[in-house]
Amino acid sequence: MAVLTVENLKHIYSIGTPFENVGIHDVSLTIGQGERICLLGHTGSGKSTFVQHLNALLQPSSGSVLLDGENINKNKITRRDVKRRVGLVFQYPEYQLFEETVYADIAFGPKNMKLGKEEIDERVHEAARFAGVDDSLLPCSPLELSGGQKRRIAIAGVIAMRPEILILDEPTAGLDPAGSRQIFENIRSYRENSGATVIVVSHSMEDAARFFDRLIVFDHGTVCMDGSPEEVFSRADKLTEIGLNVPKATELARALYRRGVLPDAAVYTHEQLLRAVLQAGGEAAC
Amino acid sequence: MLKDITLGQYFPGETPVHRLDPRTKLILVVLYIIALFQADAWPSYLLVILVTLICMGISKISLKNIFKGLKPMLFIIALTAILNLFYTQGTPVREGWIITWEGIDRAVKMMLRITLLITGTFLLTYTTSPMALTDGLEMLMRPLKKLKVPVHEMTLMMSMALRFIPTLIEETDKIMSAQKARGADFETGSLTQRAKALLPILVPLFVSSFRRADELAIAMESRCYHGGEGRTRMNQLKYGRNDYIALLLGVLFLAAVNVMKHFGL
Ligand SMILES: Nc1ncnc2c1ncn2[C@@H]1O[C@H](COP(=O)(O)OP(=O)(O)O)[C@@H](O)[C@H]1O
Ligand SMILES: [Mg+2]
Repeated sequence: MAVLTVENLKHIYSIGTPFENVGIHDVSLTIGQGERICLLGHTGSGKSTFVQHLNALLQPSSGSVLLDGENINKNKITRRDVKRRVGLVFQYPEYQLFEETVYADIAFGPKNMKLGKEEIDERVHEAARFAGVDDSLLPCSPLELSGGQKRRIAIAGVIAMRPEILILDEPTAGLDPAGSRQIFENIRSYRENSGATVIVVSHSMEDAARFFDRLIVFDHGTVCMDGSPEEVFSRADKLTEIGLNVPKATELARALYRRGVLPDAAVYTHEQLLRAVLQAGGEAAC
Repeated sequence: MLKDITLGQYFPGETPVHRLDPRTKLILVVLYIIALFQADAWPSYLLVILVTLICMGISKISLKNIFKGLKPMLFIIALTAILNLFYTQGTPVREGWIITWEGIDRAVKMMLRITLLITGTFLLTYTTSPMALTDGLEMLMRPLKKLKVPVHEMTLMMSMALRFIPTLIEETDKIMSAQKARGADFETGSLTQRAKALLPILVPLFVSSFRRADELAIAMESRCYHGGEGRTRMNQLKYGRNDYIALLLGVLFLAAVNVMKHFGL
């Protein structure tokens, strides 16, 4: 069932000035309940512009966004309510921390929702757990922590609103591999526990293949591919053409396939590659 | 959006006005302002308006852009007009009224004067990039160095401030969006509530400004910046034929206004 429907969405920045700039044009998609979606595309392809329309932070120049069939830009109330149901974590969210303690910062969202004290307390602890923020950090000042910790606190701040749709814009930009993996694991556990729909903007093909069921590829403000990792990564030429690549494991599998080592190249993660190679080796040994 | 504030914003273009030397344009604006304050009677006002419109036409700046920039000043303009309207002695418009014909005349002229003043400076900032503007200022103020005025440091500070205004606006926009995504409300509530609502914007903004200032200082030092002494510039400013023509026209304009004033026009 579709929770979000995007129809012919178009956004032009600074409309009516000499600085007019097309962010996205003519994007139409539907997003189903509980889907795990990864948005891919080169820098400037319109991913961030697109996701900011999903919680009415940006208003479309034309076209519409429907949440459960209702236009989210209908009036002030719907624009406010959609922000509670669709949680958006911006790129480099650590720069928006402002409270004196980590606890207060995570509680900012729930407080704005006018929840009771106990409810807020429960949500802060739950969100901290999901985002991998240790309880011992809660009384600290967020400004004194490391980049990775700040990032997780900012993510917890959005999770604390218990969004039905969680969107993260390049949540692992600038983090080390261990930190990135941790964040993806956290997102996965949030999704499994809450059943939320998850949309993540990423540049890592490996993570896209490993953690998501559906990949949507943006190019110059339009959607140019939309499908399962298998479908998208099987079109390696097209991906290269728009400045992206396929996962390293797929690249290697393709090379091995051309040399006749592997029976096919439909491999997208390291684990799959390992299995395929072991299997091929086992067969050769017989 | 905050971005749409046009106060002092540069509109890139390829018109003859854009191509003038920034020093020429700075001098022209000074001449224009002097002329504007010499203008007294209606004919000279009309001349100033005509010249302003011609300059706008040449530099391809539309009335719409000027009005957009005037918006923040509307209050001051209106206030000046109202004060002049009520506090000018003369013959009342009607028996017993405080409003006089002279008051109406003064009010309209004052409104025009402020509007033209702002329009003139807008023509400068709309057609000159901030970098060129500060370069021009530095060159023009160079004689002040003899009097130990830190001209280089002042203009460097100014160009940095100008350089970072768009960055700060962008940053503010981004932080506002991020806090709105967490349900922050900047539009409703009492005055104190709204002031409080600014905290989630101001704190991150200050933090990042300090970080940025720090990074900038390090970047400058690691490129051996050590003040203005002995620095040469990459783009030397040079007067061209157009600059001399423009300056001549500027002086003629000022002279014309003065002659008209002399004849009570
Ligand atoms: N605030 C803005 N003002 C003007 N143009 C913008 C703004 N944000 C993005 N753009 C433009 O919109 C296009 C899409 O940008 P964006 O959505 O940020 O892409 P991505 O997130 O995929 O890198 C780019 O051409 C970019 O320059
Ligand atoms: Mg982006």
